[in-house]
Amino acid sequence: MTLPLLTILGVIPLVGALVLLALPKGNARLIKQVALAFSIAALVFTVFMGLQFDADSTAAFQFVESYPWIPAFGISYSLGVDGIGLVLVALATTLVPVTILAGWNDVEDGRSVKGYFALILVLETLMIGVFSATDVFLFYVLFEVMLIPIYFLIGRYGGPNRAYAAVKFLIYSLVGGLIMLAALIGLYIVSVDQLGQGTFDFASLVGLDIDPTTQKILFLGFFIAFAIKAPLWPFHTWLPDAAKEATPATSVLLIGVLDKVGTFGMIRYLLPIFPTASEFYAPVIIAMAVIGIIYGALVAFGQTDMKRLFAYSSMSHFGFIALGIFVFTSWGATGSVVYMLAHGLSTAAIFLTAGFLMQRAGGLGAIAAYGGVNKVAPVLAGFLLFATMSSLALPGLASFVGEFLVLLGTFSRYVVVGVIASIGIVLTAVYALRYYQKVATGPPSPHVEGIPDLRGREITALVPIVLLTIVLGVYPAPVFDVVNPAVERTLEVVGVTDPVPTIGVLGGEQ
Amino acid sequence: MNPENYVILAAVLFTIGTVGVLVRRNAIVVFMSIELMLNAANLAFVAFARMQGNLDGQVIAFFVMVVAAAEVVVGLAIIVAIYRSRRSASIDEPNLLKY
Amino acid sequence: MIGTGAARMAGEVTDVAPVIQPLAEATGVFSFLWVLIALPLAGAAILLLGGRRTNRWGPYLGVFTVTAAAVYAVVLLIGLMGRSPDDRSVGQTLFEWVFVGGFTAPVAFQLDQLSMVFVLLITIVGALIHIYSLGYMEHDPDRRKFFGFLNLFIASMLLLVLADNYLLLYVGWEGVGLASYLLIGFWQWKPSAAAAAKKAFVMNRIGDVGLSLAIMLIFVTFGTVVFDEVFAVAGEASESTLTWIGLLLLLAAAGKSAQFPLQAWLLDAMEGPTPVSALIHAATMVTAGVYLIVRSNAIYDATVFALTVVLVIGVITMFLGAIIASAKDDIKKSLAGSTMSQIGYMVLAAGLGPVGYVFAIFHLLTHGVFKANLFLGAGSVIHAMNNQQDMRRYGALRAAMMITFLSFAAATLAIMGIPPFSGFWSKDDIIHAAFEVSIVAGIAGMLAAGITGFYMTRMFTMTFLGKARWEDDQHPHESKPVMTIPLIILGIGSVFTGMALLFWGDIVGWLVPVTGLKQTPLPLPTIVYEVITLVLVLAGAAIAYVKYRKDVAVEAPQDVNFLTRAARNSMYDDAINNVLVVQPTYSVTRALVGVDNRGIDGIVNGIAAFVAGSGNRLRRWQTGFARSYALAMVGGAVLVLVVLAVVRLP
Repeated sequence: MTLPLLTILGVIPLVGALVLLALPKGNARLIKQVALAFSIAALVFTVFMGLQFDADSTAAFQFVESYPWIPAFGISYSLGVDGIGLVLVALATTLVPVTILAGWNDVEDGRSVKGYFALILVLETLMIGVFSATDVFLFYVLFEVMLIPIYFLIGRYGGPNRAYAAVKFLIYSLVGGLIMLAALIGLYIVSVDQLGQGTFDFASLVGLDIDPTTQKILFLGFFIAFAIKAPLWPFHTWLPDAAKEATPATSVLLIGVLDKVGTFGMIRYLLPIFPTASEFYAPVIIAMAVIGIIYGALVAFGQTDMKRLFAYSSMSHFGFIALGIFVFTSWGATGSVVYMLAHGLSTAAIFLTAGFLMQRAGGLGAIAAYGGVNKVAPVLAGFLLFATMSSLALPGLASFVGEFLVLLGTFSRYVVVGVIASIGIVLTAVYALRYYQKVATGPPSPHVEGIPDLRGREITALVPIVLLTIVLGVYPAPVFDVVNPAVERTLEVVGVTDPVPTIGVLGGEQ
Repeated sequence: MNPENYVILAAVLFTIGTVGVLVRRNAIVVFMSIELMLNAANLAFVAFARMQGNLDGQVIAFFVMVVAAAEVVVGLAIIVAIYRSRRSASIDEPNLLKY
Repeated sequence: MIGTGAARMAGEVTDVAPVIQPLAEATGVFSFLWVLIALPLAGAAILLLGGRRTNRWGPYLGVFTVTAAAVYAVVLLIGLMGRSPDDRSVGQTLFEWVFVGGFTAPVAFQLDQLSMVFVLLITIVGALIHIYSLGYMEHDPDRRKFFGFLNLFIASMLLLVLADNYLLLYVGWEGVGLASYLLIGFWQWKPSAAAAAKKAFVMNRIGDVGLSLAIMLIFVTFGTVVFDEVFAVAGEASESTLTWIGLLLLLAAAGKSAQFPLQAWLLDAMEGPTPVSALIHAATMVTAGVYLIVRSNAIYDATVFALTVVLVIGVITMFLGAIIASAKDDIKKSLAGSTMSQIGYMVLAAGLGPVGYVFAIFHLLTHGVFKANLFLGAGSVIHAMNNQQDMRRYGALRAAMMITFLSFAAATLAIMGIPPFSGFWSKDDIIHAAFEVSIVAGIAGMLAAGITGFYMTRMFTMTFLGKARWEDDQHPHESKPVMTIPLIILGIGSVFTGMALLFWGDIVGWLVPVTGLKQTPLPLPTIVYEVITLVLVLAGAAIAYVKYRKDVAVEAPQDVNFLTRAARNSMYDDAINNVLVVQPTYSVTRALVGVDNRGIDGIVNGIAAFVAGSGNRLRRWQTGFARSYALAMVGGAVLVLVVLAVVRLP
């Protein structure tokens, strides 16, 4: 019997949250330190697990554990990760300490400090769970429960219009969840029909032979939930509001990690369980993704509020991720996973730098209120520029690897789509550089005059992000090592192979 | 005697009670009408028990009586409380629980 | 020696195909190829991350890394010269970078004759400009950053020319774009500088899309993006595919090299400090497009259409730049126009195919030297004139700045193509080659040379000759030795680079294994073409000299012809872009923001409002009358009974 590593990993932040609740209310400093300590412990544990992960293993999942939960319905508490899950768990455990450090002074007006950090830790547990669940019912439960901490993080600790944003986010997500529940029950019934005994076990569900019509219906149920979460065009309008009202730390977790559950769900559940339906709907989803890329970028260009700008830019990037998944090439799918990781990092960079800036300028969100930061706070402006470059996928940074592979995968299958999506590269540069230009260059604006540069704590929060972005951009081999096998298995289940080059063979070996 | 007549009687009593609840304003009268409905139900239960030849209906009738007694206690207390505060036993007066 | 004027005169026919073979393993002096890039990269990292504590010695470190790289580049050159001409491609693989399902792009470098000359140009001219910047940027509070950015640029540019596959080249390609962005916007507090930087990056990005798509198409066609693997089978692809690849690469080249129709950013890029203009926007980065085309010669050789488009773009830009250069009063903008025009020459030459590749690179090298010289000279003048850039405010600077004057003069004669200065050799070779392929292209090259004579003489006369038109508080003086020494070196380079490369270095023979060469005799003796060109140049020069020697108005005259007015406005490129691209984008954006806020979010909020509204209406039924609730209950019960009766009874 091996140790249930994933459960232990998930429990670490949960214990942290409980410890926080037991701490005295007045000692905010201690509360933050304890929260940080637990999140770092989880990160260290993830690194340890990452080293244990066997990239060459033939097993679909590793660190597997399974206990019966509701045997009558074939529901079990089963965990396990493949390369994709591992990468996303690592993303979650990396970003939580960063956000705790960055959000150190987010709560200073008498609202409960304890609650804020406890919610973040609880959220971390749920995120680890949702990426490592191998029982679809468990996944669904965690998928829904995750909404609760985020709801409170937005609704209690957000900006002036937080109630509207939080409720909009919650209801939007719940609608998706409800449809997904219906599809989940449908899937269960299919499994009862085919296996005699119903099950929610992922591997068994993949093995089902569902008839195309049923697939198409059930697919939609899951897809809508994932498309809302991701969010894909046109299910995106909750995101700008949520991003604008949430604290930067919350936004990082929400957009950087939580929304990835949507795209993760597409590659993990939709493709293998509903292969026929996936191919059937692929053109529609690809169209949605491409519209999202262009539309998101253009609307981002037209925003006057910086956080809303980032939200639309994320929507554009999610278009890339979904595109990569539904073109059914190993380049596209692996690119999507890399892009998920990279987007998490670049979201963290861009929201946190903007957050530090806004905190200094009295919380103003309007881009027009800023200017000339570079002259007043050069270090902050430097990070701001880095975040901008990471967002526009400069080669050498992680996002470029993801974006290029997605475009390559798309182009190899649908040339025209690849060309249209490539226009997104230019538009991204337009809005990202416009943001940097308005905020950081020119003469300092009155709101910016005299603001202090970044402090040690803030730099400490940003440095890991920057380093990871560069390292994964220059040497992404570790990610490829774990993700490639998982992607290959997925595409094998779907039954598609990469397009063959017109001349010569793949890899150029003549 | 034909047990069906008892059922018909129960229906008549129930209808009288219903109409009483709907048309009367005085809380006490409405209350009495409710009692009438409960007892009409009891009568039906007993009549059916007799027709089926088992005791189930009679057992339920006892339950109903207990519930009715409890209801009388609570209901009268409410009516008295309302009367004390409003100097009226009309059930149309207290309409605060609206939209 | 093949390919020289002498061979052409002798009527020899040359047809050498490029040598494509696997790279030799990098050993010996070549085993530290990566250090070439690592040096300036480390310099950039230390300077940019080290913060204020590196302020004092940082700039010297920046100079050191580039100089060391230049020294190593010379060592590499000696190493390459020691190998046989067919075996001068050396490769070094560091690690696999991207590998997914058959797509592999390693971090690997390739040093061959073509990269070698670029490495030399980049490091040597780069080192000189770094040294010059020590003086030019002496009083800038941010000069540590400046040197950091310059180092970053050198590293990226070296990566660009040393990469052994298209994807890695792309990293360098955008890396130089980033460095260019940072350096154009170096004086960020000036809104015009920040805007110019953004414009350069965005227009470059349009070109980058071309490169990105080209890489994808190459991979989809050949299954690899490594240069020698692609070139080995390039001929087997269908011509239409190759044409598309060629056109996409041309788009990339047009973006980076400021070729029509993506030329508008270059003039604005002059907002950057002058050493930047010299290094990035004259000598090296803007020539990357030419490198890309020549590097991909195996692809272009198989597609006449793409080559023709390259040729046409080159010719258009050549004239566009020359005309703009003739009308601008800002010395840097005029030089920028001239850069466009000269790169137009190179692109024209590259568009001639195997006939012209070698000469494109030859001209690129001589141009790198004399244009850096011109810009640094202009910088020296600007420095002396308290940042005045308007040539109408110059005049008679010869006496005050003798060294600058002499080196500028050498470079001016070089760019005009006066024998035996370096530009003469390279430009005449291009014109000869052009006549071999198309008389129209040849004549165009000659005419543009005439315009070059005009605008350079105009610039030279307005700046150094004539009467002083200085503002009152200006007291021009010669710059410090740290600035004049690079000027002297480049001045000597402007005189001799052409001859040295051609006769002593055998540039043509050196490059031919990479580029191939085709040559057929011209109908007339080459001397005829040379004389005609020279006459045109001198005519242009004479007109300019007569016109600008004496009376130059301090304010630009407004009663000018249409062409001058258009040229002063850079041929209305901004206006055209504005109408065609910028304004439509704004309109679409505004429309989409409206669609999003009122349309899509409107639907979402509409559904919410509908639910809330229905609730509001329905709650009116909750009247608070207990008896009406009772009635509702009775009604409901009766309804249920009726339904039951209807359904069950019959």
